[in-house]
Amino acid sequence: MAGKRKLVLDPAWCKGCGICVAFCPRNALELVGEKAHLKDPNECVLCGQCEQRCPDYAVWLEDLEE
Amino acid sequence: MPSELIHKFMRIDHLPHIWCAGCGNGIIMRDVAVALQELIDDPEVNLNRGKVVVVSGIGCSSRAAGYMDFDSIHTTHGRAIAFATGIKIAHPELEVIVLTGDGDCSAIGGNHLIHAARRNIGLTVVTFNNDIYGMTGGQYSPTTPTGDMATTAPYGNIDRPFDIAQLAAGAGATFTARGSAYHTRETTELIRQGIMHKGFSLIDVYSVCPTYYGRKNHKGGAVEMLQWQKEHMIPAARYYAMSEEEKKGKLLVGTLTHTDFPEYTAEYAKLIERAQAKAGK
Repeated sequence: MAGKRKLVLDPAWCKGCGICVAFCPRNALELVGEKAHLKDPNECVLCGQCEQRCPDYAVWLEDLEE
Repeated sequence: MPSELIHKFMRIDHLPHIWCAGCGNGIIMRDVAVALQELIDDPEVNLNRGKVVVVSGIGCSSRAAGYMDFDSIHTTHGRAIAFATGIKIAHPELEVIVLTGDGDCSAIGGNHLIHAARRNIGLTVVTFNNDIYGMTGGQYSPTTPTGDMATTAPYGNIDRPFDIAQLAAGAGATFTARGSAYHTRETTELIRQGIMHKGFSLIDVYSVCPTYYGRKNHKGGAVEMLQWQKEHMIPAARYYAMSEEEKKGKLLVGTLTHTDFPEYTAEYAKLIERAQAKAGK
């Protein structure tokens, strides 16, 4: 379906700074073992603020494959 | 396997970058990529990425020219604007973008900055301004606030800091703006406008250096430093609606100056025409 997106996190690129966790407007992220992790997929509204502020490009939105 | 944007505009084999955890530089470098993406996608601009050149000097910030997948040049300390001037003079059709830091741009390269601004040459300068020399170990820079600590100011810095955007404006830059690592959308838009502007553009983007500046000055980590930007740096629409009292201790995120003045390479082309006409060519 066109327009459907998902949040992707890459722990290999995450340096654990916590910026995405702190500024997520829905508190949907958390740090687990110094890596960002999607705590609650139901809370994520795919706003992309985490992607915009991740200094390490470890989190992003991408189109769902059909 | 990062996002499409990062794949498109960064040299993936050079990533993850060397910047510390929580460093604001990666955020600002992404803002530059987004601004370029918007200009490439804009049918009225139709920017050709093959015409974009990224130039940097030395310092943490200046690693960006190595990460961004454009024709790029990583030059000597303070000389990014000088190299960029040469590229722009030789090929005025290129979009020459300088990625630099507060020290590289306003200390070692301070003279190049003011004279490029004075000439109004069509470069876009984006400063990754983190208030300190990060790469060399946390020495104070020309933007370190008075009283703050640095490895070379163990009793506090007695210098007054430069406001780089105002410095450039005073020297004649025709587009100056201030952004921040926190305010990604506003900063991206300012960078986009700076690239579009025909004359000399400078966007002074406040980065965060939790490793040296933050630690030396008990500012907390990256999150606390970005929170400070969120609370003290105010986007234009809101800033201009504030009373003078409310503006105290706050900094505008937005355009500081936007004026018209003939661009240097265009004037230089006219000079060549005049000289050739006089010589009968």
